Amino acid sequence: MRPPRSYFVRTFRRDAGMLSRVAESLYWMSRYLERAKHTARLVDVELQLWLDQSPEAGAGRWRFLLEALRMPAGPGAVDSTGLLNSLVFSRTNASSIVSCIAAARENLRHVREQCSTGMWEHLNRLYLEVMEARPEEGWLLKSHSFFHTVQGGEQLFQGITDGTMSHGEGWQFIQLGRYVERTDTLAALLGTQFSRVAQPVDQAVESAEYLEWVGLLRACVAFEAYCKAYTAEIRPLRVAEFLLLNPDFPHSVRFSVDRINAALHIIGDLTERREKLPTRIAGRLRAQLSFSQIEEVMAEGPHAYMENVRNECAQLHTAIHQMYFDYSIEAEMAS
Amino acid sequence: MTTSALPSRIGFPPSLVNYRFDAAYDEMFSAPAEPREHYQSLHRTLLGLPPEELRKSQQAADLTFLHEGITFTVYGSKEGTERIFPNDLIPRIIPAGEWTKIEKGLTQRLTALNLFLRDIYHEGRILREGIVPRELIYSCRHFRREMRGLNVPRDIYVSVCGTDLVRTPDGNFAVLEDNLRVPSGVSYMLANRKVLKRVFPKMFRDYGVWPIDHYPQALLATMRSLTPENCAHAQDPVTVLLTPGVSNSAYFEHTFLAQQMGIELVEGRDLLVHDNVVYMRTTAGPRRVDVIYRRVDDDFLDPLCFRPDSILGVPGLFNAYRTGSVSLANAIGTGVADDKAVYAYVPEIIRFYLKEDAILPNVPTYLLTDDAQRQHVLEHLEELVVKAVGESGGYGMLIGPHSTKQQREEFRARILAEPRNYIAQPTLALSCAPCLIDGEVESRHIDLRPYILMGEKVTLVPGGLTRVALRKGSLVVNSSQGGGSKDTWVLRAGNGDDRVAQVADDVRKGIVERKLA
Repeated sequence: MRPPRSYFVRTFRRDAGMLSRVAESLYWMSRYLERAKHTARLVDVELQLWLDQSPEAGAGRWRFLLEALRMPAGPGAVDSTGLLNSLVFSRTNASSIVSCIAAARENLRHVREQCSTGMWEHLNRLYLEVMEARPEEGWLLKSHSFFHTVQGGEQLFQGITDGTMSHGEGWQFIQLGRYVERTDTLAALLGTQFSRVAQPVDQAVESAEYLEWVGLLRACVAFEAYCKAYTAEIRPLRVAEFLLLNPDFPHSVRFSVDRINAALHIIGDLTERREKLPTRIAGRLRAQLSFSQIEEVMAEGPHAYMENVRNECAQLHTAIHQMYFDYSIEAEMAS
Repeated sequence: MTTSALPSRIGFPPSLVNYRFDAAYDEMFSAPAEPREHYQSLHRTLLGLPPEELRKSQQAADLTFLHEGITFTVYGSKEGTERIFPNDLIPRIIPAGEWTKIEKGLTQRLTALNLFLRDIYHEGRILREGIVPRELIYSCRHFRREMRGLNVPRDIYVSVCGTDLVRTPDGNFAVLEDNLRVPSGVSYMLANRKVLKRVFPKMFRDYGVWPIDHYPQALLATMRSLTPENCAHAQDPVTVLLTPGVSNSAYFEHTFLAQQMGIELVEGRDLLVHDNVVYMRTTAGPRRVDVIYRRVDDDFLDPLCFRPDSILGVPGLFNAYRTGSVSLANAIGTGVADDKAVYAYVPEIIRFYLKEDAILPNVPTYLLTDDAQRQHVLEHLEELVVKAVGESGGYGMLIGPHSTKQQREEFRARILAEPRNYIAQPTLALSCAPCLIDGEVESRHIDLRPYILMGEKVTLVPGGLTRVALRKGSLVVNSSQGGGSKDTWVLRAGNGDDRVAQVADDVRKGIVERKLA
C-alpha cells in the first residue's frame, strides 16, 4: 500500500485533473499496444503448435484462434495465408498487429508533449520497424522474430514508461487502458477455451490435449509461472484456476482487475471524483473474482462466467468514457 | 553570374573541391582559400575530417531526427505527409559584433511595430499624418476591424516575432520580412543545437558559443507577462498552447514547446467558453484558462467571429478576449503589420514612433499600386522576385530569373488584376555558407531567422534558425519548398579566448535583456 497522497505536501500546487482528450489518447494508446502484443503472442504460439500437429487438425484451429482474438470468422473455409495477412499486416483490419501499433503511435503522437521523449522515440522506432515487414515468400519461417520484436517492443515501452514518466494521472490512465484491455482479451481467450472444453478435468492430460493447455499457458506467458506454482504436471482445472484467479501473476484476470481498481482509485482521488460509477463497477468485478473458487466457477458454467466478465468490462469502459472523457458541460457547470 | 572553382592543387582536401563562389557574400571565405577569422577553426576542422566521417556524422544526425520524430508536414503532396526537416551539420557562425547590431536592430523594429499596431487600432495618428496611406491599411486582408479600440495587455500586440534577415553582397544584414502572426521554426533551432553539440563537442566548447537552451523559459515568462489583470491566481496563471492539431505543418513544434514550457497543449475542441470565460475540458471537470499562446491563425480562431466553417477554433473566444478575461499571444490582427506592402513603410514607421533611423535596412521594394513602379516591374519581371503580400512559407512567389515565360505571364495577369495583392523586390543574392552535400562541402544560399520575445522585457535568444536552400543555386529557403536548416552559433565577445569577457558573459547568464524604453 502506498501512503495516502496527502502526506506529500507540494510547495507549488497545480489544479486537479488533466485534459480529457489527452487522458483518452493515453488510455487508447495503451489498449492498442496491449492488443498488438496479445495478438502477436497468440499467433506466435499458434504457429508453434501448428508445427506439432497432424495436418488435418489445421482449419478448425484457425477458426478457434479468430474467436479467441474476438474476431469470429464468417462461414466458409478459412485460408491460412490470408488469415495471417489479415491478423498481422492488414491495414483494413483495425485489430491487426500493424494497425494496432500504428493506432497506438497515432494516439501518442496526438499527446506527445505528455509523454517522455524516450517513450515517443521508442514507440516511433517500433512503428517504423513493424511497418517495414512485408508478407513476402518465406515470411512465416522468420515470423518468430517479428512477433518477438512486437512483444519485446511493448515490454520495453512499458519499462521506459514506468521509468521515465511521472506516475501521475496520465500514467494511471495508461495502466487503466492496459488492464481493461488485458482483462477483456484474457476473458475472451479463456471463454473460447471453455467453449471447447466445457469441464476442465483435475488430472494430468497428455498428447494433443497437453499441447492445447500448454499452448494456452504460453499464450499468456504463464507456462513458467504455472510450473513454479503447480509443478510441470498440466491439469486443465489448475490451468484455469491459475489464469483466472491467481492474485500475483500479471496475466491473470484477477490480477488485471486488481490493477484496474488501483488505477481507478487513484484517478478518483486525483480528480476528486471518488464513489462514481466506474469505481463501483470495477469494485463489483473485483469482489466477484476475489471471492470465487474455481470449483464454483465450473459449477456455474465457465463459459458463462467469462461472458459475464467481458460484459462487466464493456460496461466499465463505457462508464470511464462518460465520466472522464466525454461528459456534458451543462451538467458539470451546474454541479 | 561569375562562377569559379577553388584551385584543385595537390594535397588539397577532397571535401572542398566542389566549393563554388559567385556574386553572393560568402560566410566562410573572404576570398577563395582565405577563411574569415571567425571561420578559421571550423575550416581547419573540416579539412581534418575525412569525407567518410562527415558522411557518417550526417547519417547519425538524420537518424536522430527521424527517431525523435522531428518532422514537418508538407501541404499539397500526396506521398507521406510527414518528413524530417533536413539538417545541415556545418554550423553558421556569427561574430559577437555583428550579433549586437542585429539585436539592437530587431529590438528597435519590434518596438516600433508594436506601437504601430496600437496606433492603427486606436487613434490612427500615423494614418492621419499621411505617413502610411489609409487605404493600404484598410485594404489589408489581415486588418481586423473587430480589434478597433480594444486594449490588449501591456499594449503588446506581437509577443513572439521571427524576422527573416538576409545578408546582401556588401556583407550587411537586411530585413527580408517580418513574421508577426504565428512564426514557427524555433524548435528546429533548439533541435539543431542539441544534435550539433553531440557531433562537434570540442569545437563547440572551444568556440565559446552563447547558449540558447533557455528559450522555452523565456517564452513562458513572456506569456505570463500577459496575465489578465483580474486573474484570481496571478502568481500561477493557467497558460495553454492552442494548436490546430496533428495535421498542422508545425505540430511537432507545438508539442515540443508545450512540453518544454510545462503547459497544456490544447486543441480547439478542448476549450469551451461559458459566460465569456474560457475553460478547458479536464478529467476533473472544466478548468479556467488565463493565457493562450495560440498557433492558430486569426481566420480560424472563432467561428462565431471569423471564418464560420472553422472547426479548429473555439466558439465565443473572441468575445471572451474582448472582455479581457483571457489573453492571446500574439494578439489578433497583427498580420496587418507584416503585410509585404506595409513592410515597405517600416523604416518610416520606425522614424515616426521612435525618432530614430532604422538600424537594419529593408530590401528595396516596389509597390504595385503605384503606376510608375508597376510599369517598371512589369517590364522587368525576369529580373525581379514577385510576392503575394499576405502569404508566407514561400507560397505564392515568382522568382524572375528562375521562372518560365508562362509563369511570368500568369503573374503579369494576376498583378494587373490585383495590384494591391503583390509587391516586387530585386532578386537578392543571399549569402552563401558551407554545407555538407553528400559528404562534400559545397556552398549554398542561406538566410537567418532570429526569434524575438516581447513581454516585460525584450528577449533575443542569441542565435536563430539559419535556413538553407539545399538545391544547388536555389534561392528559396522555406522548408515547404525543399529548404533545410543549420545550427547558428553566436560567439561570445573575444571569440571565446578572452576569459575575462567570458566570465562577464556568464554573469549575464546567457540572457540578452534590455528594458523597454
